[in-house]
Amino acid sequence: MSLLEVRDLKVHFPIKAGTLLQRTVGAVKAVDGVDLDVEAGTTFGLVGESGCGKSTLGRAIMRLTEPTSGSVTLDGQDILALGERKMRAVRRQFQMVFQDPMASLDPRQSVESLLTEPLRAHKIPGGSAGHAKRIRELLDVVGLPESVVHRYPHEFSGGQRQRLGIARALVLNPALIIADEPVSALDVSIQAQVINLLKELQERFSLTYVVIAHDLAVVRHISKTVAVMYLGGIVEQAPAADLYKQPLHPYTKALMSAVPVPDPNVEESRSRILLQGDLPSPANPPSGCRFHTRCPWKQATKCDTDRPALRELPLVAPGHKVACHYAEDILAGKITPHDVRPEDVELVPAGETTSGTEAAADATEAHVAGGLTPGGPPGAH
Amino acid sequence: MSLLEVRDLSVTFTRSGQQPVRAVDGVTFDVAAGQSVGIVGESGSGKSVTSLAVMGLLPARGAHLGGTVTLDGNELTSMDQRALRDVRGRDVAMIFQDPMTSLNPVVTVGRQLTEVLTRHAGLRRGEAKAEAEQLLRRVGIPDPVRRLGEYPHQLSGGMRQRVMIAIAIACRPKLLIADEPTTALDVTIQAQILDLLRNLVAESGCGMIMITHDLGVVAGLCDTVHVMYSGRIVESAGTKELFGRPSHPYTDGLLQSIPRIDADPADLLHTIPGSARDTVPWDRGCAFQPRCERAVDECLAGPPPVAELGTPIVPHPVRCVRPVGEDVIVHEGNVAR
Repeated sequence: MSLLEVRDLKVHFPIKAGTLLQRTVGAVKAVDGVDLDVEAGTTFGLVGESGCGKSTLGRAIMRLTEPTSGSVTLDGQDILALGERKMRAVRRQFQMVFQDPMASLDPRQSVESLLTEPLRAHKIPGGSAGHAKRIRELLDVVGLPESVVHRYPHEFSGGQRQRLGIARALVLNPALIIADEPVSALDVSIQAQVINLLKELQERFSLTYVVIAHDLAVVRHISKTVAVMYLGGIVEQAPAADLYKQPLHPYTKALMSAVPVPDPNVEESRSRILLQGDLPSPANPPSGCRFHTRCPWKQATKCDTDRPALRELPLVAPGHKVACHYAEDILAGKITPHDVRPEDVELVPAGETTSGTEAAADATEAHVAGGLTPGGPPGAH
Repeated sequence: MSLLEVRDLSVTFTRSGQQPVRAVDGVTFDVAAGQSVGIVGESGSGKSVTSLAVMGLLPARGAHLGGTVTLDGNELTSMDQRALRDVRGRDVAMIFQDPMTSLNPVVTVGRQLTEVLTRHAGLRRGEAKAEAEQLLRRVGIPDPVRRLGEYPHQLSGGMRQRVMIAIAIACRPKLLIADEPTTALDVTIQAQILDLLRNLVAESGCGMIMITHDLGVVAGLCDTVHVMYSGRIVESAGTKELFGRPSHPYTDGLLQSIPRIDADPADLLHTIPGSARDTVPWDRGCAFQPRCERAVDECLAGPPPVAELGTPIVPHPVRCVRPVGEDVIVHEGNVAR
């Protein structure tokens, strides 16, 4: 059975208007109907670009942001139904590691105080001697010397601070750790140290991780299963090796082709799918498939009207789920990509409209002038 | 002669009551017209200070500059501020990491663009406006007429960076310095911006210095690469040579420690132990020695010599006494081969 089960989770933030009577005029659909299952002892990677809702999803699972609807089941217990007191007890079972340890560790608390606080807050027995012993164990586990207990966060380097952040997450022996961009604030040479530490800790304490990150290479390295999010929904989910070997969703393909590879020979020869424009606003998401406005494989029917469900493709790729109406056809090469023009995908804030013909004329001109980088089919580079 | 020649550049920051900090130490490199040069390093390696020094943007007080920076035959470090202001924006332009902090939030995009054109190119306002529109189009901004009247906060991050690039290329500079231009952007937007920069250099024939921590960005964009560590260049080579034969233990370790999207993951990543804080002053030995797997006693016997592993035509200098793949210890005597 899965340790964590999320069903149809939605987090909508209301948009208010008016000064006196705050009317709700709409909602930012940060997370809009997400299902996921995380097996105990494995790592679930959640990738996506900024604004796709991955962090909100992570926070909603922990009830740090209250979900609008849906269910979150941890170890068989529906935690969204719990009252405040029971919730507090359950919180021991999951902890979070944040991106910026400088911002998430109180600068005025010593290491000792930072690490004992969770023990005291949850009234863990053992007394101060027991707590001190636990802290020494933890520091050893994350690779910091015992002598640091009286130091303060600013005295540490970025990598050491992240080790402290991890130690703090481990204090209560959680079953699940949600790590939101755990290495993205760190230098490359330090990233590898922290990634390895997370892996070692997982084996040693059979931890379950949900790792939220924008770096696809980092996620590939540590995850068993990876889900790709776009505008509040999961567009593709598969075992890590399958996903990276054969991405099925057009967005995943584009995302992966955009990640630079530290090898000039690979960079020279690989095909790139350059997406045009920016992420549309989650307050006013496109109809149908949310990616259809930027999708080089968009078809005339269904894409802009029906929102595709995340479905498994048992025949072509068992265990691999994708939310695309035409995934099989794209995979079989029956549909070929076409140019997407940037004016079609421009971010238009709610309530504002551009004169479409004018914009189109402009862009066509630019294409002729050769000043624009064409949306280009893969292989154009 | 190269477009830009940086010779023995050093920057020392002093503060009363504190030890002076040498942020950049003996940095020498060239940029030719039409060439993209990458400067790679982690935080604190001195890569950004190098670019600020080239632009003459370091504070007059507290920062002590040594060495020379020659752009197209003109020595910049001894130039007075007024003359330097003419060079900046016209001959050299810079793109910063965060376009939100480098664009003026209370001035429209159009005015920020036309300002450069009237100040440096001597255009009249009407001409400048037409030119600004062309520039926005060139950097791939749809509907440029409308965008000219907008403020930076109305644009997305990628759009803002495009505006920054438009401002930078407005006067057709000979040299473009991009300091982590895509670090604040998402990967798909990063790909758009890198593609744009690549095309700009190819079309205009300007030189570019790309300052980044991301070896992947360098691999796809640059012709030559300089790797910096603790204020010094530790290895320089053509991009393919550097990635194909990384010879400084730091470069090698860095390349091995990056998880790659195109390779099956090994169980554990290679790591470089310690952090950049564990260092040795360069005059006493190699700054990387405390973290180096290949360290030997000679590493702490004074400043490490530069071993030339390449040929006179394809140079590959490495500041190391025991480069990766070499068995001999490099001494002052046997440096050039």
